Amino acid sequence: MKKKYSIASIVKNSLSNNENWGKMWRSPNPKKHYDVIIVGGGGHGLGTAYYLAKHHGIKNIAVIEKGWLGSGNTGRNTTIIRSNYLWDESAYLYDHAVKLWENLSEDLNYNMMFSQRGVLNLAHNEHDIKEIKRRVSANRLNGLDTMWLDKNEIKDLVPIMNTDNLRYPVLGAAYQPRGGVARHDAVAWGYAMRADELGVDIIQNCEVKGIKTDNYKVEGVETTKGFIKSSKIGVVASGHTSVLAATAGVRLPLQSRPLQALVSEPIKPVINTVVMSNAVHAYVSQSDKGELVIGAGTDGYNSFTQRGGYDVIEETVRAIVELYPIFGKMKMLRQWGGIVDICPDASPIISKCDVEGLYFNCGWGTGGFKATPGSANVFAHTIAKDEPHKINAPFDLSRFSEGRLIDEHGAAAVAH
Amino acid sequence: MILIKCPYCGERDQSEFANGGEAHVIRPKNPESLSDKDWGEYVFYRNNPKGIFYERWVHTHGCKKWFNAVRNTSTDQILKVYKVNEKRPDLSEFQNTLKSPSGEPSVGSGNFAVKK
Repeated sequence: MKKKYSIASIVKNSLSNNENWGKMWRSPNPKKHYDVIIVGGGGHGLGTAYYLAKHHGIKNIAVIEKGWLGSGNTGRNTTIIRSNYLWDESAYLYDHAVKLWENLSEDLNYNMMFSQRGVLNLAHNEHDIKEIKRRVSANRLNGLDTMWLDKNEIKDLVPIMNTDNLRYPVLGAAYQPRGGVARHDAVAWGYAMRADELGVDIIQNCEVKGIKTDNYKVEGVETTKGFIKSSKIGVVASGHTSVLAATAGVRLPLQSRPLQALVSEPIKPVINTVVMSNAVHAYVSQSDKGELVIGAGTDGYNSFTQRGGYDVIEETVRAIVELYPIFGKMKMLRQWGGIVDICPDASPIISKCDVEGLYFNCGWGTGGFKATPGSANVFAHTIAKDEPHKINAPFDLSRFSEGRLIDEHGAAAVAH
Repeated sequence: MILIKCPYCGERDQSEFANGGEAHVIRPKNPESLSDKDWGEYVFYRNNPKGIFYERWVHTHGCKKWFNAVRNTSTDQILKVYKVNEKRPDLSEFQNTLKSPSGEPSVGSGNFAVKK
């Protein structure tokens, strides 16, 4: 790995007005054949290519992206990272990711701005308390650092929170100190740069129109830049995964919906942790620029329009203002939507399917960003070995016929 | 936010309605003879097209009646609203505005990253 960035390189480039920085990755024309094609150039897809090249010795790989790198949900999420999921399978998967996050800046020599500022999940009623305490206990049995905080301890962490004078008072919270935020663009760019160095072809502005199969075996992908042959195809296309799967004759238990987020005008630091509340549907953190980053819910119907309904953000902002009266007069600067693919059990699918050589990493729904390195890591293993890693083995497609659902509706921050 | 024309009450804001997912899903006639895979498909698998979609709505904050709609999920345009006892309209009645399965329509999509 070349050390592209150092104090010396910053000083050197500042002398030439920062106009001579090299390109971070090549933009090659697609070859006719690849050993592995990854469809989707977000964090999960680029990470998969990186781990395939680095850990599994596969060099002839292409990542094909419809827009630009990270133009999908990698660049649209609220950048929150945590692993406090209820069931063992999820705890292993998401904590595998958190452990990789902890060393990712060093691994890629690219600053992820990973900040372990802690994540709070609020309880507002008796049921919340019971559910969250159960989750804290389950987490602790799995070796996670989650703990229960009472109201006064929350007040110490977040003095601006209105805990009493609201319709659903704050009664306690689960707290995971190892949780936090990272810079989402850096994830895509860091993986892209290092994958490119290992010989991966990153092909942007190239739409995959269909997956060609013959007798339950993949042959390649039809793209806007022509047909590309490959015997192994990994689809990591979030909201559009079921559309691509359909071209190969595969059905997936996914529903695509818009999920929105918004940011406020920048202000001085007021909140140095991440606070989420499932019950009133409000979650907020503050970016390094000072903007409040707020996650809203999904629309109540399937849609591929990357906008989302106004009533959804209105509901979230209403709860935010009640929880933090200090934000009442702030202006929101930007609002956007991304299309997420939601599974019936709010857990992802990282699996092979009936078609030989076709692999899916999808169904991350409203919470895929936190898992990026872990998901990419086990998906690369699944593609290279043609069998799942022990961490993602429970997240296969057959769980829907064998009754092995991993129901994480309670741990997912956004109600599905 | 979209407007939906309830066949009983007329045009109302979408927030008055709740979506019931895909329409015309038929419960298997012989559940006991179904394999686990087929039963799993009936319970958990629903179509998720980008384009023409048959779906159910209920006017929760109104007449509380169920009805069906045909909507283009790539633009959110509602193409037809019909009562539950009416026949499912044929796909050929509607024009899909997509150039390719994963492409973007010329109107209605907020996906400016790939819209030409």
